[in-house]
Amino acid sequence: MALLEVSQLDVRFALRQGEVKAIRDVSFTLERGERLGIVGESGAGKSVAAFSLLNLISKPGFIAGGSVRFEGQTLNTMSERGLRKIRGNRISMIFQDPMMTLNPVLSIGEQMVECLKAHRRISSRDARAIALDKLRQVQIPSPEKRLDQYPHELSGGMRQRIIIAIALLLDPDIIIADEPTTALDVTIQAEIMALLLDLCEQHNVGLILITHDLGVVSQVTQRMLVMYAGRVIEQGPTREIINDPQHPYTQGLINALPQMATPGEKLNQIRGSMPSLSNLPSGCAFHPRCDFIRRTDGQVRPACIEQVPGFVQAGNCQAACHMVAELQEDRRLKEESQ
Amino acid sequence: MTMKTNKAPSRLERFRDSFVWYSFKRDRTAQLCLAVFLCLVMAAFAAPLLAPTDPYDLRQIDIMASELPPFWIDGADEQYSLGTDAQGRDLWSIILYGTRVSLLIGFGAVILQALLGVTFGLMAGYLGGRVDAFLMRLADIQLSFSTLMVAIVVGAVVKATLGGAFYSQYAVLMLVLIIGLAEWPQYARTVRASVLAEKGKEYVDAARVMGLRSKRIMFRHVLPNTLSPIFVISTVQIANAIISEAALSFLGLGMPETHPSLGSLIKAGFDYIQSGSWWITLIPGAVLVVLVLSINLLGDWLRDVMNPRLYKG
Repeated sequence: MALLEVSQLDVRFALRQGEVKAIRDVSFTLERGERLGIVGESGAGKSVAAFSLLNLISKPGFIAGGSVRFEGQTLNTMSERGLRKIRGNRISMIFQDPMMTLNPVLSIGEQMVECLKAHRRISSRDARAIALDKLRQVQIPSPEKRLDQYPHELSGGMRQRIIIAIALLLDPDIIIADEPTTALDVTIQAEIMALLLDLCEQHNVGLILITHDLGVVSQVTQRMLVMYAGRVIEQGPTREIINDPQHPYTQGLINALPQMATPGEKLNQIRGSMPSLSNLPSGCAFHPRCDFIRRTDGQVRPACIEQVPGFVQAGNCQAACHMVAELQEDRRLKEESQ
Repeated sequence: MTMKTNKAPSRLERFRDSFVWYSFKRDRTAQLCLAVFLCLVMAAFAAPLLAPTDPYDLRQIDIMASELPPFWIDGADEQYSLGTDAQGRDLWSIILYGTRVSLLIGFGAVILQALLGVTFGLMAGYLGGRVDAFLMRLADIQLSFSTLMVAIVVGAVVKATLGGAFYSQYAVLMLVLIIGLAEWPQYARTVRASVLAEKGKEYVDAARVMGLRSKRIMFRHVLPNTLSPIFVISTVQIANAIISEAALSFLGLGMPETHPSLGSLIKAGFDYIQSGSWWITLIPGAVLVVLVLSINLLGDWLRDVMNPRLYKG
């Protein structure tokens, strides 16, 4: 049995205009020590997915269906009391903006000790010792001094290190990192990512990395999910998806990387933008932006507009597209002709 | 910049480096007001030591020495520096004791208001939904009664059921309760507004992700971030509570004349103002004005310090 099993998760927001389906039919598993990437544009439902794992969706959102199972316990039906024992303790989370995640009026030490004391019967002195040890692990200069400092006295990179230290504080099984480096300087991003990867490997911690940075995902994770408009549209081993994406959207994302463009030319892009979740197109949500929707004879493929695509197996990957086989065939023909 | 040591600064050092202290050092009004306020507080609480007579002790009162003027007017008795009131009590002594009663009620009422208001405001803001709706409607209802009206009703009910003697005995407590209960919505509304602003910040999510209890998040994480508006309204509320008490006493609903506050002194003297004994009412009145003014000016200064973005003309 996998450490974390998410099956057919369905999250909705009850708004005045009606229900908005933020996440539909999302399923994945995470083994102990495995690193999984979730990628997608802003608004694809990545962060909602992360919050729903810990049943932290606040009103007006709610989990409308499916289940999140951690070590066989179903988290989405668990009592608040039971959940508290898992949050921070077994599954912890790292947020996007280190400037906002630490409480401005409490010192670093107080915040760390508080977190330890919430989960363990432990004296303040022991808790401080553990906190100090974790600060050393995240390679902060002069860690003793940091415990008595306040967040505003530290730089962004240092704060994110402290947040990683807090996430590791109780030796969790899983860390969910929601865009952990987007708010940081580019030079620090690489450092923080390397540190996170290193610590996860050392402690055999599972990592769910939520990001829109395909570069980071390809370096850090073993498997990945690509999300679009609340659905998973492609999943499988990271290497295979990056090298040979099956879904037109994933292909577009990878083509859009600056590395893929010819110098001096315009960057590639996926035309259009993500549809609003309250007004999704019929059939495949990606069809209005898809370059392959017209057949060679110029006719629009009816299936793309009428049916929500199911997963099609392609190698070790699965892609939710009606045209996977055809596209593969096209590419094969193209390669042969070259 | 002084030499950087590895040790984190202590609380005192932090305070000395803080903007509050910096601004205080440069603001003459604030310094003067704090000095006046502290003098009044100390004088009031040292009343048994400072006062030449004990105004609560009937044996020390000489009815023949009533309505004596203060020392700078002819006919004054040097034994009574500020003169005497209609019952022959030494005005200086009774003002000291009266200020003590006023301050006690002011602070007591504000502590009660703050306890109720902060708790309800936090709950309303943080928990939201029905709790919020219920508490805020309660606050609206509470605010629709004026403090005086609540005091009159409660005072009348207590006097009718438990007797006037009982009311006089527990007058301080009664006034604290009445003013405290009547004004808690001020706190609740302010706190709720700040909590709503704080609740959306990521550190609250982070605290939930850590697995902390709601109560802990509310009181340890959100509350300290809403302290500055609480401080600011506290100063205003103390001044208001003292004034409310004085007003109630002036109407005869507050402290009894045997145990007067500044308000009841003003009221007692008011009857004699036409007969020329103006000092009985004006001197306690001046003390009340100085006390409330110094608190209000301190509050103004505090508001400017705590909210630097506020326009300062």
